[in-house]
Amino acid sequence: MPQGILAVTEQADSALKNISFEVISTGKKLAETTGGPLTAAILGAGVDAMASQAAEYGADRILLADHEGLKDGLADACIQAVAQLVASADPAVVLIGATSLGKDIAARLSARLNAPLAMDCVAVRADGDRIVATRPMYGGKVLADVSLNGSPAIVAIRPRAMEAVAAQGAAGEVETVAVSLDGSTLSLVEKHMETGKIELTEADVVVTGGRGMGGDDFAVVEALAKALGGAVGASRSAVDEGWRPVSDQVGQTGKVVAPNLYIACGVSGAIQHLAGMASSRVVVAINKDPEAPIFSKCDFGIVGDLFDLVPALTAEIEKLKG
Amino acid sequence: MEIAVLLKQVPATESMIEISDDGSAIKTEGINWVMNPYDEMAVEEALQIRADTGGTVTVFSLGPEKVAEALRTALAMGADTAVRIDPKGKPLDGLAVAKVLAGELKKGAFDLIVGGHRAVDDDNFQVGPAVAELMSIPHISMVIKQDVADGRIRCTRTIDGGTLVLETTLPALITTQRGLNEPRYASLPGIMKAKKKPIDTRPLSETGTDPGAPMVQILAMRLPPQRKGGRIIEGDRAGDKAVALVKALREEAKVI
Ligand SMILES: Cc1cc2nc3c(=O)[nH]c(=O)nc-3n(C[C@H](O)[C@H](O)[C@H](O)COP(=O)(O)OP(=O)(O)OC[C@H]3O[C@@H](n4cnc5c(N)ncnc54)[C@H](O)[C@@H]3O)c2cc1C
Repeated sequence: MPQGILAVTEQADSALKNISFEVISTGKKLAETTGGPLTAAILGAGVDAMASQAAEYGADRILLADHEGLKDGLADACIQAVAQLVASADPAVVLIGATSLGKDIAARLSARLNAPLAMDCVAVRADGDRIVATRPMYGGKVLADVSLNGSPAIVAIRPRAMEAVAAQGAAGEVETVAVSLDGSTLSLVEKHMETGKIELTEADVVVTGGRGMGGDDFAVVEALAKALGGAVGASRSAVDEGWRPVSDQVGQTGKVVAPNLYIACGVSGAIQHLAGMASSRVVVAINKDPEAPIFSKCDFGIVGDLFDLVPALTAEIEKLKG
Repeated sequence: MEIAVLLKQVPATESMIEISDDGSAIKTEGINWVMNPYDEMAVEEALQIRADTGGTVTVFSLGPEKVAEALRTALAMGADTAVRIDPKGKPLDGLAVAKVLAGELKKGAFDLIVGGHRAVDDDNFQVGPAVAELMSIPHISMVIKQDVADGRIRCTRTIDGGTLVLETTLPALITTQRGLNEPRYASLPGIMKAKKKPIDTRPLSETGTDPGAPMVQILAMRLPPQRKGGRIIEGDRAGDKAVALVKALREEAKVI
């Protein structure tokens, strides 16, 4: 009988990503009702040093898939490794981060195992012997509770939706599983990472510029984001104008962000934009049009020219931070 | 190149969504149904590849009679043939849809299958990769650039914090991401021609695929908590407003 939970982690720069701790913590909490063990899966090349990080968040057991073929985090290699780790752990539930890699793994894994999948979930619980997950649909306009009937239940968790909580007392016994990656069909030609940039979906603070920026000079919002240690986003209009890359777009056809603080500058607040930022904890809108729809979907608003207000805000924050 | 495109009809993104009385679906009255925006990119990319390499573009959709509209839009854009699989009211989850589509795709000899990386209704991110898995072919998701040559495809895809350039052999499946192309509008002659083209309609029961009972079921839908109108920070000059906002963010909201 499958039992327990397998939490599949993801890393960057030889450390587990935050989403991995969120996934392990979610597993820890879920295991209180489903029963354990909680096993964390770590895949990559030279990953044994990461095992202790997984233990700190409460994994009872850690499975390592250590293979040169996993070093670039290519989806098809990771899928094979995860499938073999699932076979080894035989869990009732597989939890994974709904990152771009995690979504690929989850989708293919569900087909490979003929198992139910709930993607991009913001909550998960056990209800008797079935798993119930909550997921946004229609660009976040709806929240749906879905039941997963089948085994293992695969639940992909939206970054920043769950809390990462360090946990003590877990055994964290480490086991290496030999994986074969013979089925790999993708080859990597080039990898390009934007250095020094905070990923929007992981940021605590997001400062977004819209069409109100009037051009590709985003210096004022960049300065504010820097003062707050946050990331810069863009509305689709700003992307369509060619002012910002597509990867900066927030919204229904862009990224869904959930920072503690979201500051929209020169963004009108179209429904597709709101879909991408509605789950932010606190929303600030800066717009010169008092009638802009964004003012009815924010916590604090300032009416005025962003080119006066944003630098004033940056100066005030810098003063505060010394 | 024989190219297949997977497409779905969805509520337009500006739609107001309301929940049906039994709480397990959305109200469909008054909704403007359109082709999923990522699938428009899939059709566009398929047409561009066909222009380079020759061949055909076949569009597939699974859904009730109404989805023929989205298929006709694809035909009007320039697709050669359209196939609609009619579930006849049978409930299907994402994996079940993938099983049915994979079953139909296996009957053809497609070099390349193109889909959207997600449909903006279910936001499932599942069907494309699952179809590839069920067909035992490689897939590359969230593609913003591709080149096909000599039985191989090279794609640039987005990942969190960067991009990858990947290569694989055909047949393969790719999913589209914003930045790949700007979908064309159907021309008037295209629309006229599309009206006359038949849509190959296949009842699910005659496809030979039994997707089984859905393993994922919607129990209940609700609207998320809505923000009310925000407090407008007043002040004489920009500096005064900035001071007041920072104070509010620090003392009330406690986010900085
Ligand atoms: C299928 C589809 C998908 C879409 N997906 C997305 C998506 O993912 N994300 C997204 O953002 N949009 C999306 N959109 C587009 C969306 O409908 C809006 O067109 C877009 O969000 C508007 O961007 P904006 O607010 O920057 O521009 P506008 O609506 O033009 O608003 C600009 C705002 O800036 C203000 N302004 C101008 N100058 C100043 C100044 N100096 N100081 C202060 N304020 C100023 C104006 O008052 C105005 O409110 C989508 C649309 C469709 C059809």
